[in-house]
Amino acid sequence: MSTDRYNMDRNKPILLQGNEAVALGALDAGLGFFGGYPITPSSEIAEILSNEMPKRGRKFIQMEDELASMASIIGASLVGKKAMTATSGPGFSLMQENIGFGMMTEVPCVVVNVQRGGPSTGLPTSPAQGDMMQARWGTHGDHPSITLYPDSVLECYELAIRAFNLAEKYRTPVFLLLDELIGHMREAVKLPPKDELKIINRVNPNVPPEWYKHFKNNPKYISPLASYGQGYRFHVTGLTHDEKGFPTNKQTEIQAKMDKLLKKITDNLDDLIQVEAFHMDDAEVAIFAAGVVARSAKEAVLRSRKKGKKVGLIRPLTIWPFPDKEVERMLESTKATIIAEMNQGQLINEVLRVTKYQKHAKYIELQRYDGSLITPEDILEKINEVL
Amino acid sequence: MKKIPQKVIHRYLRHDKKFPHVWCPGCGIGTILGDFLRAVYNIGIPKDEIVMVSGIGCSGRMPVYVDFNTLHTTHGRAIAFATGIKFSEPRLKVVVISGDGDAAAIGGNHLIHAARRNIDLTIIIINNSIYGMTGGQASPTTPLGDYATTAPFGSIEPEFDLCKLAESAGASFVARTTAYHTMEARQIFEAALNKKGCAVVETIAQCPVSYGKMNQQSSAIEMLKWQKENTVSIKSFDKLSPEKRQDKIVRGIIVDKDREEFTARYENLIKRLQKNESSKEKSKQQAGENQKKSKSKSKKEEKK
Ligand SMILES: Cc1ncc(C[n+]2csc(CCOP(=O)(O)OP(=O)(O)O)c2C)c(N)n1
Ligand code: SF4
Ligand SMILES: [Mg+2]
Repeated sequence: MSTDRYNMDRNKPILLQGNEAVALGALDAGLGFFGGYPITPSSEIAEILSNEMPKRGRKFIQMEDELASMASIIGASLVGKKAMTATSGPGFSLMQENIGFGMMTEVPCVVVNVQRGGPSTGLPTSPAQGDMMQARWGTHGDHPSITLYPDSVLECYELAIRAFNLAEKYRTPVFLLLDELIGHMREAVKLPPKDELKIINRVNPNVPPEWYKHFKNNPKYISPLASYGQGYRFHVTGLTHDEKGFPTNKQTEIQAKMDKLLKKITDNLDDLIQVEAFHMDDAEVAIFAAGVVARSAKEAVLRSRKKGKKVGLIRPLTIWPFPDKEVERMLESTKATIIAEMNQGQLINEVLRVTKYQKHAKYIELQRYDGSLITPEDILEKINEVL
Repeated sequence: MKKIPQKVIHRYLRHDKKFPHVWCPGCGIGTILGDFLRAVYNIGIPKDEIVMVSGIGCSGRMPVYVDFNTLHTTHGRAIAFATGIKFSEPRLKVVVISGDGDAAAIGGNHLIHAARRNIDLTIIIINNSIYGMTGGQASPTTPLGDYATTAPFGSIEPEFDLCKLAESAGASFVARTTAYHTMEARQIFEAALNKKGCAVVETIAQCPVSYGKMNQQSSAIEMLKWQKENTVSIKSFDKLSPEKRQDKIVRGIIVDKDREEFTARYENLIKRLQKNESSKEKSKQQAGENQKKSKSKSKKEEKK
């Protein structure tokens, strides 16, 4: 793979793999630092970047483990680089302590998790959607999560860029969750021209160093971030801290910090949440599915529609924060909802939570955790039970 | 040599809200911080260019007090964070402060890999032979037979020699000093800060509270005396008879060698690749022009 390949003519479609599209999206978003550790099914991302980064004068390093990978990208981000790592379930588990550090210290960065079957070493090369909750609650303590979930190669590219934009805008680690099948799938895609991309960069302080408080509270809960070496000489710690970043035990300051972390997310749900509604307008039966399962679901919807059955699909592109309002509204008048996931039931609990007052409807679980994809036939079978 | 003014360390401390500090009376960490700040003063590194990164432990609390770019990370991971910083911005002087547990137990992997890469970090390990912050549990440097709250019958694990570890992993600068030998410590810190490469300095420090209480040494003065009597400079060590060497700990600069540094190696890689790319571009352009020329030629010929 040479740079030539990625300096392609963007008017023509190009055959790309999901993982490759993530790497390309990251490069186009302005990735300045990648620190990672090899693990199937994510390794292509590191391999491609090891080739592309130095040519562009950017930094690539293979760290000694995932704890170090996560630490290195936070360090890089603190000197102003857009930074990313990529891993799979076992590595994602190892990163969790430092992910919490990144959240607590409000350092922008992107963590890609190309999921495989678990727990433990599990199924290294088989698809599974078992990390929904690890992306939500993987690190200890209260914390919000921003997690994006593509269902196509093009969307891998788009959401990789969006992950950086959200990380920079909200000063927080952002997760990009892929299915093994999406990461390894190849599709012909036409990438948008570079000058049409919307790229967001973090806000730098515009006050003199004496005035700078890098966690300064304001109505938006998001504070400008300086880089080390710019003259601001600020302190960063994982201990609960005040607006200047110094450790605190004061109740009012603890509360303020925790509220800041939460509210910068919950006050901006409309900006953060993306949900695709596919044939939902008149749907009597809805399928709720994300990532690769949504592809099977779309096929099932189309086949059902041909037979005159009013079936639709709700597909969250943002799984965290969970699209409470959107899902609740879309399911107001459906008779039944099929929640299809490749795990033993993770997002279903969210759907049931947000629809707890919609007692009229049926909620049907469709779960596979045998290392293979939920097929359109699996879904059609469930549809036939209710329609 | 510059005369160091009195109270020079006050120029490097943060004066807003940070004192009193967390360290116990008699603790060696503060002395080491003083030595380090005097070294920074002597070399004259601007505050803006220093990034001090620490892990978790009593030693890890050091950065909050000093007026540099400071980062207090997770237990054991300081070197990994520091690697991200140094690699991204090689012009910054990145200093790691780590305890013996932090650097040699939970973070041991990062230590050996930083040394192997020979990345330009100044790694100061404050070795008090104990987990100070958590109240005196055994660490990988607790001497065999010594007591700890988790080694109530005396430790049955042999201890690490941190300098040998760093040396064999490839660090281009390795030194040992103590909290007692303040002049020497300052000079070693200066040499380590000036070294282009991975510089590991083990600094033996007394922890009268957590270590002392378990080993009948609760007086800081006694412990400092111990540092004086049981260590010997590398020069004097070489002159000692084999029997006398037995129980002595060597101080001084143990390794100071030239090895290509990691970030410099990467910068060279970038240069090499970019040269290749630009020559490829050129040859492409040339090929394009040649094609045009030959096309226009053939057109002319057609006209003829
Ligand atoms: C992941 C993790 N494990 C355990 C701890 C608890 N802990 C805090 S400090 C410490 C040991 C510190 O010992 P050392 O590194 O020698 O530093 P010292 O306090 O002696 O300076 C431990 C085990 C922690 N904070 N994080
Ligand atoms: S516990 Fe030991 S190392 Fe920690 S501050 Fe007290 S004396 Fe120093
Ligand atoms: Mg210790």
